[in-house]
Order: sequence, then structure tokens, then C-alpha cells
Amino acid sequence: MSAKALDKTPFLMTAPGVIFFIMLLGVPMLMTFLLSLHSYDFTTGIQPDWTISNYIEVLGDPYFHKIFGRTFGLALLVTVICVLIGVPEAYVLAHLPNPWRSVFLLVVLGPLLISVVVRTLGWALFFGGKGVLTMIASGLGFGEEPVSLMFTFTGMTIALVHVLVPFMVISVWASLQKIDPQSEDAALTLGASKLTVLYRITLPQVMPGILSGSIIVFALTASAFATPAIIGGRRMKVVATAAYDEYLSTLNWPLGAAIAVILLVVNIVIIVSYNKLVERRFAKVFE
Amino acid sequence: MSFLTLESLNKEFGDFTAVRDMNLTIEQGEFISLLGPSGCGKTTTLQMIAGLLPPTRGKILLDGKDITKTPPNKRGLGIVFQSYALFPHMTATENVAFGLEMRGVAKVERMDRARVALDQVKLGQFAHRYPKEMSGGQRQRVALARALVIEPPVLLLDEPLSNLDAKLREEMRIELRLLQQDIGVTTILVTHDQEEALSMSDRIVVMKDGDMAQIAAPLDLYERPLNTFVSDFVGKTNLIKARAAAGSQGQSVVIVDGHADTLTQNLTLALPGEALIEGESVTLSIRPEKFLMSKEGPGHKVEVQASIFMGASWLYRVNSPMGELFVTQPNTGAAGYAKGDTAYLSWPDDAVMLFSEAA
Repeated sequence: MSAKALDKTPFLMTAPGVIFFIMLLGVPMLMTFLLSLHSYDFTTGIQPDWTISNYIEVLGDPYFHKIFGRTFGLALLVTVICVLIGVPEAYVLAHLPNPWRSVFLLVVLGPLLISVVVRTLGWALFFGGKGVLTMIASGLGFGEEPVSLMFTFTGMTIALVHVLVPFMVISVWASLQKIDPQSEDAALTLGASKLTVLYRITLPQVMPGILSGSIIVFALTASAFATPAIIGGRRMKVVATAAYDEYLSTLNWPLGAAIAVILLVVNIVIIVSYNKLVERRFAKVFE
Repeated sequence: MSFLTLESLNKEFGDFTAVRDMNLTIEQGEFISLLGPSGCGKTTTLQMIAGLLPPTRGKILLDGKDITKTPPNKRGLGIVFQSYALFPHMTATENVAFGLEMRGVAKVERMDRARVALDQVKLGQFAHRYPKEMSGGQRQRVALARALVIEPPVLLLDEPLSNLDAKLREEMRIELRLLQQDIGVTTILVTHDQEEALSMSDRIVVMKDGDMAQIAAPLDLYERPLNTFVSDFVGKTNLIKARAAAGSQGQSVVIVDGHADTLTQNLTLALPGEALIEGESVTLSIRPEKFLMSKEGPGHKVEVQASIFMGASWLYRVNSPMGELFVTQPNTGAAGYAKGDTAYLSWPDDAVMLFSEAA
């Protein structure tokens, strides 16, 4: 009797959360998927038929290929740059003495505390034709030509790295905290130089943090909307802005839904297979 | 000539002195323990010898060479850390071979030597396991093999057995000591476990608040502690407060004030040794196992308050004319005293240690 009651408890206790997620995440996603299976007519709107023509259109059109290519290229580039900046940053941060550590941790986390739109508009002011960048360039004697990174791939990359580096830093930081500092001392006493300790002992131990940080950064970049929308604009469309445009400009909701679904599926496939790879590599070493 | 010498070694952290004027000479092949409660400076001393902590003042000489300023990766000492500090991303063999790799030993040779070292600590069949897949005792052995494979002039052990369970710890004590004698490596062990220090060392350095309280061989330390701190920290003891009374030549007399309600009279004891200044506060120390307890005298009448059976022995807490005492008696197979029993307590003259300090 009591055993049976016990069995139910976990389900009952998680029920509110499960219902919440089903209603607010599961149902809309399902509806989006169903929507993507309808066709669209410019005069009569969404048709009540069932078709995969939207998927065929997206998967077959070089225009969309380019957008998907750009999106995942951007995600890869941003991830790599975040690793290159975030890992040393976390390492330095972890070795700072305390008042400074807290100060710099706050600086690192700063971008997350500002609204994405405000932050991106800030970048727009910086990158724009008459922006700070141009002033600096002319001040340094690079001529009076306006230097603009607006609507460029470089601009999007910089703005996204800025906001996503904290995720990498936090993830690597968490890994660094788990390292036994004595293992670095041990390597030192066994004759390793400080540099050797860094790449033979410390780096392999924070690898899980780097990899999970990469997953976060990659996924967030691939599905980023506000930054590409403002910095990239319509000239540098990514998948998220393309889906948005299908919904709001073309009003072709089913096509927009199909784009969104494909983005989700590709994202899931990449992340899950990457995670599998990581797990297989590190299962024996870490928990 | 001594092999490892510490010359007035000091370590200060701000206003706090962790190690004060440490002077120690260690012979080649000797097993030395640094024993003390936490915060006594024993680990700090070890880290200074290892080169992981720069001393504030003083010198460290190894085989006649001043190594005070030598970085840890150039000292070549073997260290076993308390947490073992194995590299979690390397197998046991890779862990052991790491030190050899850093010394530029060729791959085939270092794998061979790592295997031999693992066999030496009886871990041959675990060579390809990761630290996560091994038990605490096995990890401890890997750490030991890793430290020994580089053939260090000095082996430093930082509480290496403290993370093992009691039974394994006792086995490892014997094994570690035999291995050390086999190889003949000069060894310094840091521990807070007095049994560990007593059972393994040639000499023990007892430390207290950054100072050396006593350096002695285990038996000397146990039987002839220099002060109440050592007598209390090394082994179990009863510390009894007393006053000195006038004594004659070659004899000291102390008066122990009565403590317990039923035993209100003062007790006067005559002890061998120099006469003391009358009225001075002194402390007597008697180890629990030195007492002789009997049903009918001779001795001082005591009342058993608690009786605990320990297997090899009985531990009693008794109410005596000197206050509450702990008494250990060997288990002879007969029934022990029970709570409330009356017994008589005596002891040989030389069982009492007298310290001219208040406990």
C-alpha cells in the first residue's frame, strides 16, 4: 500500500512542471510542426491540406542553402572564437586573487545583464557608418572613409562572441573548480614545466567544460535572432531571421514553420551526436 | 654527513608564523615523521622541502647542495599527496610514466619501468585502469608508484594513508615501511596520526604551533616525552594536576588535590627525581596501560565509572583519589570490572612522568 503510494509521489510532484512544459513548449512546437505540413496560397492563405512541399522547397532552394550554411558557419566560428577567448579567460579568472576575481567575473558576466536589444543597438552605434569605429579609424589616420561593420558577417560574429563568451567562461570555470590543484603540483614535482602542466594536466581536465560550453555557444548562435536581425539585417539573413521574415513579411507561415522545424532538427542532430562523441571519449575519465 | 638539512627554516603568512626556526638533519635512508595536530606547520614544512612554497627565511640542503631556490620541477623529489593527485585523464601506467616522460626517457623504456613500478605496489593487473575505476587503496598505490619510479633522492608523503579505511591503513603502514626499507629511500612522512608515526618511523618530529616540540625515536618519544603536549599527543595519557611539596635529596614529592566527592582527602606521592620548589604547579602523566588494577590491593581504592570492552583490552574510566583516570587492562579472558565495582590501582614508580608545568 505504502509502496504504491510512494511510486506515485515523484510523478505527482513533477506533474505541475510537466504540464507547464507540455502546455507552453510541447503544444506550440507540435502546432508549429503541424503548421509546416500545410501549403500556403498568396490569395487564400493557409490551406487545410497535408503536404511536405514546404520542406522540399527549403531543402531544395540554393537561397535557403546559403542561409543555413551561413548560420552554421557563423555558429562554428563563434564557438571557436569563444573557446579561444573563454578558456584562457576562465583560467586567468580562476587564478586571480579575490577582490579582483569578483570584479572581473562581474565584467565577464556583464553582457548577460543587459537586454539583448539594448546591447545589440550599442554595437550598432559602435559599428555604424558614423560610429565609434569610424572615429577611431580616422583618429588613427586610416583616412576619413567610414568604417562600418554593420550588415557584415564580421560584425555579427563580434557581437555574438561578446554575449556568448560568458557561457564558455562559466562552463570552463566550473570544470576548473573541480580540478584537484594538487594534480598540477604533482606534475610540477614530477619534472613538468609550467607550460607542460598547462597543456598536459590542466587542459585535458577542463576539456569536458570546454566541450559543454561549445554546445551551449553553438546552439545559442545557431538559433540567435536579435543580434543577427539588428547587426546582420536583411542582407545577412540567418535561419532565425529568415523564418521570422517568412512569418511577418511574406506571411507564409507554413514555410516559416518548416524553416524553424528544420533548424531545430539540425541543431538537435548536431548537438546530440557531438555529445555522444564527447561522452564516449570521456566516460572512463569523468563521471 | 647528513643527507637532507633544514637550516633555521621559517615560513610566515602575513603576521602568522606557520613554521619557526626549524632545524633538522636527516640521514640517507632514514624514515622521518612530522607529527602534529592540524595547523602545526607540518604540511607547510613538507611543501617547502618539495619546493611548492618558498620559505620566508632559512635554507634547505640536499646532499650538500643548497636547493632553497630550486623550482619544484628541478628538485626531482617524489611526493605522494593527501588527495593522491592522480591525473584523472591518464591510466595508471600513464600516470606512473609521466615523470619518466618529463625526464626524456624513451617510450618503450618508460612503459617497462612504469609496469615494474606498478608490479612493485602489486597493481600489475590494473595498469590500464583510469583512477576513477580504482579504489582508494589502489589509487594510493598508483600515487606511490608514480613517486618512486623517478628514483627520487627523497620521498615526501603528505598524510598518504588518511583517506583509507582503518584496516587497509594498518596493512599499508607495514607495506609502505617494508617497501621503504627495501628501496632505502630517505622518506619524510607528514601525519597527524600518532600510531602511524610510531609504527613507521626511525625518528619522529613532533610539531606544535610551528615549533618542534621534540625529536626522538618512537619508543623514546612514547616513554620519555619532554612535555605534557607530547605526552598527551603521542599515545593516550592521564594528565594529573598537582602541587610540589618539600622533598628530600633525589626525591620529589607532589600533592594531588582530592577531586571526587567521595575521595576528598589529598594524596601525597613520592616520586624519583630532583626535589621541586615547594608550591610549584606540576603535571603528572601516567599512561592508561601502565596501571595495575586488582580486586584486593595493594594500591589506591577506585570506583569503576565506565567499562568498555575493546577486544584486546578493557578500557575503564575510574574515580580515584587523583580524579578521573583512564585505565587500560589487557584482556586475559576473564570477565572485566563492571560499572560501580571497587578496585585497587597501583603503578610502578617509573610509570609516572613529572612535568614542571601546569597542564
